[in-house]
Amino acid sequence: MKTNKQGADWWVRPGLLVCASASVLLVTAILISLVREGLPALWEVPLSSFTSTIWRPISFVQEQFGIAPLFVSSLFVTLLAALIAVPLGLGAAVYISHIACPLEREILKPAVEILAGIPSVVLGFFGLMIMVPLVKSVFGLDSGLCALTGSLLLAFMALPTIITISEDALRSVPKNYIDASLALGASPAQTVFRTTVPAARSGLVAASLMGMGRVIGETMAVIMVTGNAIEIPGSVFDPVRTMTATIAAEMGEVAFGGVHYHVLFLISVILLIITIGTNWIAQYVLRKSRIAE
Amino acid sequence: MHAKRRVFDRFRTIATVGALALLLTVAQLATPAIGQQSQHVVVKGSDTIVNLASAWAEEYMKQRPDVSISVTGGGSGTGIAAMLNGTCDIANCSRRWKQKEKDRAAQLGITPVEHIVAYDGISVVVNKKNPVGALTLEQIRRIFNGSYTNWRQVGGPNKRIGVLTRDTSSGTYLYFQEHVLMKDDYTTSARMLPSNAAIANSVTQDRFSIGYIGLGYALTSDVKMIKVKKSEKASAVTPSVATVANGDYPISRPLLMYTNGQPTGAAGKFLLFVKSPDGQKIVEKMRFVPLGK
Repeated sequence: MKTNKQGADWWVRPGLLVCASASVLLVTAILISLVREGLPALWEVPLSSFTSTIWRPISFVQEQFGIAPLFVSSLFVTLLAALIAVPLGLGAAVYISHIACPLEREILKPAVEILAGIPSVVLGFFGLMIMVPLVKSVFGLDSGLCALTGSLLLAFMALPTIITISEDALRSVPKNYIDASLALGASPAQTVFRTTVPAARSGLVAASLMGMGRVIGETMAVIMVTGNAIEIPGSVFDPVRTMTATIAAEMGEVAFGGVHYHVLFLISVILLIITIGTNWIAQYVLRKSRIAE
Repeated sequence: MHAKRRVFDRFRTIATVGALALLLTVAQLATPAIGQQSQHVVVKGSDTIVNLASAWAEEYMKQRPDVSISVTGGGSGTGIAAMLNGTCDIANCSRRWKQKEKDRAAQLGITPVEHIVAYDGISVVVNKKNPVGALTLEQIRRIFNGSYTNWRQVGGPNKRIGVLTRDTSSGTYLYFQEHVLMKDDYTTSARMLPSNAAIANSVTQDRFSIGYIGLGYALTSDVKMIKVKKSEKASAVTPSVATVANGDYPISRPLLMYTNGQPTGAAGKFLLFVKSPDGQKIVEKMRFVPLGK
């Protein structure tokens, strides 16, 4: 009986090991293929073309692959989204974790989860039909297809990540901190902002970073509402085209194995590095905060 | 009696064998018929043609319920890529194949055969409230290549021109660049939109933007079609089916379907229908310009 049991169990360990390593293998495979397709761009395209501010992959005169406008656009839209989403998300997390009564929490938490589950193309459609005319009329613009509209949508997408992770961080603040603060005569509001929030600080930073990591790789929503003019934006009302939108818009018709093709892969390598970097820093901050406790 | 019985038995055996043979023959004859029933034609490519091709497919499937035809858009480049990958039978193109694409096809052993299926005018469109009604080809060129940035320069109000173009996978983008911009590059501040519908929608919303869309879309959209003058002294021509057909309107091009080799089978019969008087009646109904006009 015992041997039989062991016999049935022998595959469990290797079987689960395969499951566990599948994602690691996948990431490695993706990284290798991206780098292999992207690296040739470094010697196929002259440096002057890369560093120019003009992205013009199809031209009868002179093709140019200046990554700067795309890179700056991505960064610009992401930071702007952070400016909107971080205060909003942290405020929501503080409320849900420490102020809301149980009934409110019952309603708010599922609502946040639903927001996380909305497909980005649906959000993009909402943006195109509602946010674009709204931004246009509120700010009196010629066109609502601009960086600000994209950032607003991205902020919506970052919110669930920011709220969920920072709520976790706020909840794990030890109860005796709060009790001590209240016992010293601090009001509940003072306790939340002077004790709880500072104690959860690094968790909140990590939450914000993860939200941004989610946002910089987003494609569908931004391609639909940012207007896609390939220039370095001068204001939040200028149209921009992000790195992700460029890949999505141009990969479909690019000549397989050509210079343009390789450059698009190089852009995805850059994107991957940014995303992995952001996540890595966020994890590091989060781990440090756990050790500190 | 006994012998008689035996003869009868033998007769029965022969009859059975005969019947079986007959059945087999019928089955074999029937096989191609069954094959025909699952005849499926995949049509892919130009967004300009997609509605027209869908109308043809719908009508043809009414006449031939045994054939199914699926039509999708995505841009001329997408259709060509699908043909090169062997995932479509007919590639719709609003431009001819580029040399690079022909070279790639030759490498893959694909021989694209061109069929002109209709003609299309490209209409330059502005918002209905824009006072500008007619432009010369040179003025249009200068607006789209960025030499002109203010409506005042072409006799309009003192407002910035918002240039809209299709993205680079569009055949209309390339056609316009080659024949109207005379191979100049588009201005870098042009907003790139993914479809005819998106451009029409944007022009309807934004008072001072300008874009170009297929004549069929322009006639059914809530936009103003710019009258075009071939030169300063020439008279302004309104784009319409008639002016494209008689050559007075200068911005027009053939709409093409490509097959791999001379078309055979279901795809060939579908193309015959497309070029037939019945098929060309649909062209007119969809506000494109029929063949032989």
